[in-house]
Amino acid sequence: MANRALGAPRLTGPQPVPEQAVAAGSAAQVQSLINVGDSRRADAVFFYAMLACGCSVLALVGLIVYELITKSSLSWHAFGWKFFFQSDWDPVNDQFGALPFVYGTIVSSILALLIAVPLAIGVAVYVTEMSPRWLRGPLAFTTELLAAIPSVIYGLWAIFVLVPLLRQYVQPWLAKYLGWTGLFEGPPYGIGMLAAGIILAIMVVPIISSITREVMTAVPQQQREAVLALGATRWEMIRTGVLRNARAGIMGGIILGLGRALGETMAVTMVIGNRPEIAKSLFAPGYTMASVIANEFSEATGNVYLSALVEVGLALFIVTIIVNILAQLLVWTVTRGTPARSHA
Amino acid sequence: MPEKTMLPADFSDAPISLWRRGLNFVVSLAAIGAVVLVLLPLGAVFGYLLYKGIGSINWAFLTQIPKPPGESGGGMANAIAGSVYILLIASCMGVPLGIGAGIYLSEYGRGTRFGNLIRFTADVLNGVPSIIVGIVAYGLVVLSQGHFSALAGGVALAIMMVPTITRTTEEMLLLVPQAVREAAYGLGVSKWRTTLSITLRTATSGVITGVMLAFARVAGETAPLLFTAFGNQYWNWKLEQPTAALSLQIFTYAISPFDEWHRQAWAGALILIILIVASVGAVRLVANRGMLKGAN
Repeated sequence: MANRALGAPRLTGPQPVPEQAVAAGSAAQVQSLINVGDSRRADAVFFYAMLACGCSVLALVGLIVYELITKSSLSWHAFGWKFFFQSDWDPVNDQFGALPFVYGTIVSSILALLIAVPLAIGVAVYVTEMSPRWLRGPLAFTTELLAAIPSVIYGLWAIFVLVPLLRQYVQPWLAKYLGWTGLFEGPPYGIGMLAAGIILAIMVVPIISSITREVMTAVPQQQREAVLALGATRWEMIRTGVLRNARAGIMGGIILGLGRALGETMAVTMVIGNRPEIAKSLFAPGYTMASVIANEFSEATGNVYLSALVEVGLALFIVTIIVNILAQLLVWTVTRGTPARSHA
Repeated sequence: MPEKTMLPADFSDAPISLWRRGLNFVVSLAAIGAVVLVLLPLGAVFGYLLYKGIGSINWAFLTQIPKPPGESGGGMANAIAGSVYILLIASCMGVPLGIGAGIYLSEYGRGTRFGNLIRFTADVLNGVPSIIVGIVAYGLVVLSQGHFSALAGGVALAIMMVPTITRTTEEMLLLVPQAVREAAYGLGVSKWRTTLSITLRTATSGVITGVMLAFARVAGETAPLLFTAFGNQYWNWKLEQPTAALSLQIFTYAISPFDEWHRQAWAGALILIILIVASVGAVRLVANRGMLKGAN
């Protein structure tokens, strides 16, 4: 087959193209590749078309920034910094303060990380260091599968399975034994901050564990052998030989998970209760920045109202961008290999 | 063994203390426990989808449009078609842009400062929460048209597809050996022709995989459609009219108080998962043989 011959073996590096590859392309076919159009002008056109596509990526981010800033200016001029420190959200009187949403976003995300981080690292440690070889592929694939389920389906599942479970079994138990902390008080609705934190945790585990796996695999095998040779147990080897070397990358994975949790919308909107209040108890309903936009944007009447919602979006955008960039840098330091470590 | 005598002190026969061995055991158990705890919700989600969904999928569900609340029967035919429609619009815009940007990065922007800037920006765009993309598509399309529309939904999803496609296309093109390009140049083939007919063609199956990844990622997106495509109880094929989408319908039905709608939400969710898995599977199958296959 001619078009197969034009391809190349999937190897990087300077590979000689097999001779029959050139021979197999018929002379006519090669001729047809050469003779099309005025090639110099066509080359220029093609270059500028591809350049335009590349620039479109820049343009899209520019557009997002521009839209968010211009559309939120009304609210910014009306409330200034106070916007993020006031807690009354009153569309009727055009008074807007985003504090309950900021609080809800931070608390639900932190709760999610508290649950997800130990689990994700546990999974990564098991898959890379402990599991039998034949189980690695399937396990890695299955955890990745968690990331492929749409957020709205997680929400659906949470409403009909997770929330009743929390209401009937988990919350009464927590209230009985840990109620004294003040974090688990009040009527167990099921719906609320706790449910949001748990569903978010399920959604960020695959991100954190896949990156942790990646950076743990990047740790050179000699490190492990060296520690084992000193007489360490397997756990001591993992702790001192692997986790310590990969910690910057793991931190990056955790922060990337945080970025996902902060911006996650649908599943949270469906179970958090959507009430703009700040409560100490995790049983109480709350509200997040993403969910308030999801719930109220299409119904927002009045320019200030809409502008306030866009400003919430702008704040969310800035925070997630900073978090993501930080995470990228941390992951790079490990997988790109700082010189001292990569050739240990 | 002679090596042993070279050590200053020989600990090799010293027993590992009970504490250290116990800790090792406990940590191993904890890791296994973590795996079980993570797989549990996955099993539960899929199990419930099948258990609740299969019973509710019938001919009416696949061919009828929704009935008013309270009445039983009806289906999500318009939402299924609407999702496919919006995804087609999104792919028409997002796929060429993404592949073009990927080609630029790998064929022209390798190691240049401008290329790095685009690469970095694509990663930034990848991390933007989907709801924010919805706001932008609203400002861009809905405000200028004056109403919610399928086009606005398509634009929102296209914006989300671009960075994924860009980065995977770039990676796949970089895997094609430089010697192959040089062989084409040596025969007098122009650069643009080499890029399209040789380089891109060799990497076809990888590029398609990237496109499908992006497709699967946006197929279930709901947040950016809430105030762009908006949803619709009836059929719609017009670009500038509100359009139903499967994910939107699932959301609306799930938070409604009607049992009949809850049942349909499960059925819709099962269809959505099948749609995602089937489209990814089908294209991978085609990409893996004959026509579309590169030399790998």
